[in-house]
Formats: sequence, C-alpha cells, structure tokens
Amino acid sequence: MIVFASCIILFLIGLYAIVTKRNLIKIAIGFVLIEYAVNLFFALVGFKKGALAPIITKLDTPHNFVDPIPQALVLTAIVIGLATTALMLTVILRIYDRYKTFDIAEIKRLKG
Amino acid sequence: MKGMSLIVKTVTNIVIGFIFIYGLYIILHGHLTPGGGFAGGVIIAGVFVLKLLTFGSKAKDERSASTQASVWESIGGLLFVSVAFLGLLLAGTFFINFLPKGTPLHLLSAGIIPICNIAIAIKVGAGLFAIFLALAAQKYIIED
Amino acid sequence: MIELYLFLIFMVTAAIIATEIKDLMAAVISLGAVGFSVAIMFIMLQAPDLAIVQIVVEVLTIVIFVAVILRTTHIDKTIGKKLSGTQILAIVSFSGFAILFLIVMFRTLQEIPAFGEPIMKVAMEYIRLGLSSYGPGGANIVANVILDFRALDTLGEATVLFTSVIAVVTLIRKSGRKK
Repeated sequence: MIVFASCIILFLIGLYAIVTKRNLIKIAIGFVLIEYAVNLFFALVGFKKGALAPIITKLDTPHNFVDPIPQALVLTAIVIGLATTALMLTVILRIYDRYKTFDIAEIKRLKG
Repeated sequence: MKGMSLIVKTVTNIVIGFIFIYGLYIILHGHLTPGGGFAGGVIIAGVFVLKLLTFGSKAKDERSASTQASVWESIGGLLFVSVAFLGLLLAGTFFINFLPKGTPLHLLSAGIIPICNIAIAIKVGAGLFAIFLALAAQKYIIED
Repeated sequence: MIELYLFLIFMVTAAIIATEIKDLMAAVISLGAVGFSVAIMFIMLQAPDLAIVQIVVEVLTIVIFVAVILRTTHIDKTIGKKLSGTQILAIVSFSGFAILFLIVMFRTLQEIPAFGEPIMKVAMEYIRLGLSSYGPGGANIVANVILDFRALDTLGEATVLFTSVIAVVTLIRKSGRKK
C-alpha cells in the first residue's frame, strides 16, 4: 500500500511539472516522469511475493510465477513512450527555431 | 556530425561487435529467455547510434541512411502483417500460430513467435534509428 | 523489501530535482537517474524483460534529450522569476486537484488487491497453456502473450511507432517549408 502511494507521488510530481512549469523541456520531463510512474505501477500490481519471473526453465514442475499480463502491456508501452517523447521534442525544437525561447509565456503571437 | 577522439574510437572498435552479437542473441532467443524483438531491436539501434556518434559521418551519407532506415522499417512492418495474413489464409484466423510447435525449450520451437520477433526487431530498430538520425544527426539550418 | 522503499525515496528526490533545477542538462541527468532506478526496480519485481527494454530505451531517451539541448540552450531562464498570475492560478488548481486525487486514490487502494498478492485468473490460463500442445509453445510467457495471445495489441503498437517516425521525419526536414 505504501509502495503504491509512493508511485502515485511520483505521478503527481510529473503532473506538477506539466501544469506549473513555463519551460518546454521541463514540461517534456514531466511527461516522461508520468510515463515512468504508470509503468512502475503496472509492474507493482503484477508482483507476487516469493514468485519467479514468468519464464519456464523446467518442464513438469509446478509453476509459481508473477503476473505476466501487466509486464506484456508495459513492454509495448515503454517503446511507444520513447517514440512519443521524440515526437514531442521535435515539436519543441521547431518552436525554438521560430521563437528562440523555451518560455511558453513569451510564445503568444502567431507568426508565419 | 564530427567524430570523437582516438580513445573512444579504439574502445568502440573492440566493443561494437559484441554488442551487435548480444542484440542478435536477445532477438533469436526471445521465446526462451528474457528479451525479444523490442529489447533486441533497441539494442541494434543503439549499435548504429554508437557507431555514428563515434566515427562521425557526412551529411550526404546521413540522408541516404535515413532513407534506408525508413525502407527497413517498412520491411519489418510488412513481414509482421504478412505473417498475420498467412495465418488467415492457411488456418482461418488472423495471427493464428500455424507453424509446427517443435520441441519445447529448444531454439526451433514456438511456431511463428521467432519470426514475429525478428520482424518486430527490424521495425523497432530501424524506426528508432530513423528518429535519432532526424533529431540528432541531420544538419538543418535554423532560419531567422 | 526495504530496498524497494529506498529506491522509491531516491526516485522521488531525483524527480523533484529534475523539475526544479535551473540547468536543463542537470535536469536531464536527474531524469536518467529516475529511469535507471525504474530499471533496477523491474529486476527486483521479477520482470527481466522490462528491465532490459527500460535500460536501452533510457539510454536513447537521454541521447535524444541531450541532442535537443545541445542544439538550443541549456539554461532554464524561467526559474527564479517572479510568479505570474497564471502560474499562481495553476499552482492553486494543481493543489486542489492533488488533494482530490489523493483522497480518491486512498479509497481505491483499499479496494484493489494488496501488494504481493495479485488475482491471476487470466494469467493462470496463459501459464497453463504456455507449453501445452494447444498453446503457442514458447518458454517465455511474456513473449507468448505479446506475440500470440494478444498479437493484435502489438500490431497496434507497431502502427503507433510507424506514425511517430513518419511525423518526426516530416517535421524535421527543411525542404517543402515556406520561406
């Protein structure tokens, strides 16, 4: 229970960075932090005390494994997270080219 | 993009082959040990990133490498989808495991899973390398 | 499980540093500290597949962030300025939302299964089918799930990756834009 709560605090730090920061790179960092928190939460939900990783090494023995389904979901989500982070940073790079600043308060007027 | 110093080049020359073989091992043994197409693909992409960062490259080569990476990504995606459609043609269900299963816990087992792993690895590796080329390597002029 | 708590404390500290520090390069390095801690925690939680992917993806994330910062600037000029009205409003509304969220999460956490005792109804079926003659026949259950039982999910992931690569390559190129 305390483990889950710490994970939620990590999520809230990421949300704080997204909502209140004015620097675009800091906002991207907030998104990545939220992604880590959610991935970690999935892995924590699937954990089983005293169990092994879900890989069969011997036939004909009773299997005591952790839950494989959250791991399978997170495995795809990690790679997607990298791709979306790269897309976000590309847009940030384009904004910097045009306005020469990362400060979202100064990016007000439309240009071009 | 400029290259790095002699020390980095020598160490990279020694290490890079081992990393590549490790990536291939992770891909091909994805159905038996931890790993699989996603992890192996990202490791292969990391090998190319390491080589580019260490030895540098010309802008022209980077452009052709970007095109080649896009082509390889499409090949991986097509391989994955064609395996799925072969299942539909031969056994009647999308993504059904239509190949023989083989002996468990051996390299030749698990039907279509090794083929899917290879397809995913090509797709992920080429896609991430294309992203890296676009973001970090290609020179583009910041306009005023 | 005391090391799990130590790592969580370390991660929360590194996350706070990453959001509050003035130098953007240091912020990215703190982000890397969080990511590698996540990888180590995956190993503790018996998920070696996730740990391998997380380590290599984390390296590439850092490389891409550093590439963007080297091209632009590495000083966060907005830290230390006086707070604007919008920012104060954002902080107040965030605090309200955080309190509400924590209350809801506290009540939810009492309902879900406790840490270390998951309900594995579907998962037991996948593990049982794993090496039987009806199942896919792979020894790695996670690979079985993502490439056989739930392969359509992986196809959707491949589509998202493809779209993202296309978008990045289109946005970054120079030709075709108006002068």
